[in-house]
Amino acid sequence: MKRIMGENHVSGSFLQVSLQKQVKEFQLDIAFTAGKGILGILGASGCGKSMALKSVAGIAVPDSGSIVLRHTGNGGEPGERRGQETEENKESFREEVFYDSGRQINLPPQRRRVGYLFQNYALFPNMTVEQNIMAGIEGKEGRRFFWMESGSRRQERKRQAAGLIGRFRLEGLERHYPGQLSGGQQQRVALARLLAYEPQVLLLDEPFSAMDAHLREGLRLELIQVLKEFGGITVLVTHDREEAYQLCSRLLLMDRGQAIVSGPSREVFRNPGTVQAARLTGCKNISRIERLAKHRLRALDWGGLELATEQEVGREHIYAGIRSHDLLAVGTEELAAWKRPDANLIPVGEAQASEMPFEWYVTLQNGLWWRCRKGSPIHGAANVVPQWMRVEPSAVLLLREGRQGGSKGEEGK
Amino acid sequence: MDWSPVLISMKTAGVSIFITFFLGVLAAWMVVRMQHGRRKLIFDGIFTLPLVLPPTVMGFFLLYMFGVRRPLGRFFLEYFQVKIVFSWQATVLAAVAMSFPLMYRSARGAFEQVDPDLAAAARTLGMGEWDIFCKIWMANAMPGVLGGGVLAFARGMGEFGATAMVAGNIAGRTRTLPMAVYSEVAAGNMEQAYCYVAVMAAISFVAVLLMNKTVLWAGRRWKE
Repeated sequence: MKRIMGENHVSGSFLQVSLQKQVKEFQLDIAFTAGKGILGILGASGCGKSMALKSVAGIAVPDSGSIVLRHTGNGGEPGERRGQETEENKESFREEVFYDSGRQINLPPQRRRVGYLFQNYALFPNMTVEQNIMAGIEGKEGRRFFWMESGSRRQERKRQAAGLIGRFRLEGLERHYPGQLSGGQQQRVALARLLAYEPQVLLLDEPFSAMDAHLREGLRLELIQVLKEFGGITVLVTHDREEAYQLCSRLLLMDRGQAIVSGPSREVFRNPGTVQAARLTGCKNISRIERLAKHRLRALDWGGLELATEQEVGREHIYAGIRSHDLLAVGTEELAAWKRPDANLIPVGEAQASEMPFEWYVTLQNGLWWRCRKGSPIHGAANVVPQWMRVEPSAVLLLREGRQGGSKGEEGK
Repeated sequence: MDWSPVLISMKTAGVSIFITFFLGVLAAWMVVRMQHGRRKLIFDGIFTLPLVLPPTVMGFFLLYMFGVRRPLGRFFLEYFQVKIVFSWQATVLAAVAMSFPLMYRSARGAFEQVDPDLAAAARTLGMGEWDIFCKIWMANAMPGVLGGGVLAFARGMGEFGATAMVAGNIAGRTRTLPMAVYSEVAAGNMEQAYCYVAVMAAISFVAVLLMNKTVLWAGRRWKE
């Protein structure tokens, strides 16, 4: 029982994680705090994010660090409050150490009450839908031998399972085996089983990676609803930025085992700050830059294009980024009006357009990549590509190198 | 026709499959859980050895270990008053030794087919380790394990070489069906040999049929 001061989480529970582990070619080393709401960990495949999540659940063991679940304010259950907590500080305080390398604590997963949604859902193939859900309920209550168990208890469990089956729209599938269900149904069974266990923390590992693309969107909305009802600490790991943005209120961006940026999702996407973060949030145009003035730079990889910026160009900024949808077409008739230094006019030159169902992907001569919706007024005419484009100074992202040690071949993606 | 070889063979095969089943599953579970690569390799080698050694060599080893003057043999003699070599027990010993690798390898393969995430999921759902072994590992590996049982049973039933070495060919005591076939042919009683061969074939076929049925039944419920 330690008292921590100066925490910004005043009440409720929160999970404090700090861990190091040697994973194949790199060192996983991250720290984060997850409170109420959904924290998203966004990173490319194999960056160690799943390993971090498994460590929290206790099914992987880090090399060092600590994982602690703290309950403050009125979050703690009365029965577990300790005597030492007197009236002088009214708020109760309790902590559960899941793992602490310093104190040699490593709680088995069975005693952490942490729910984990596996990528492939890990439903027990030898059990029916109902039995799978019952496994969660039994896990919560602790199993007794059947001869020690009263019939009413068993009835109560059955009733709980039936409630969850109704809530997750699985009626009629009780006696089905997981192998007979669709991907969406499997996910619902997995969620029902998890919530039956009433976990304190919910961990979701790429919940949609096993799903057909056309199913994902609807299921994401469903999941948002479920997570809202759960209301506890939730950590979601994904490599899909849209999923991360849609589901998570806060984001932590990871690259090769290191955290690069964290913050509210909107903020992270609006101003990623580092090159790696910009790439992870889907910024396709990134160039090395040369600083010309306080609000002016030259983009070395885009044919020496000069750009005005809203943000001040600092010494630490060695890259600039422009999101492909932030490029705006300039019609010939408006060209004269945009002939000014802060307009950031970009000559298109020899462009290459490739057609997608609802968009055009256009590569400008200087290498910039532009994505535009079909049917925009500017290219209703025969030739899709305009002569000139521009970009708002506020849309030019100034980026730092994420880590010391320089870029080590981050190109491939 | 003397029916004693039939009875002896059935008794031997029945008892030995029971022992082999547990030993094989235990050994497979042990090896599957080993983290250390080299140790795993060595144990796997030892457990598989009876499969690749000639049965007579296996029999020789058994004789060497369980002979009355040998440590193991003396142990059984002094503590249980059982003389193993050249007794009915020796037929069981030979059958277990020879059928064990089949059981072990099948069970090991079956365990390795089970997605380890299932056990991890069970752990995060608060399931105890013993329950995880029974309800997750064993339940999901069952079709493969039973398949191994079929092979092991058939192998135990047909054991000849090692049995001849450690149990001998004593009529009415250690003469199993394969032994009886050999003895009758050696003595030129082809009529008798035909009978034993027919019984042997029938029993083996029915046993395999029955157990195959069980394997199908074990897997059919939840596998496509």
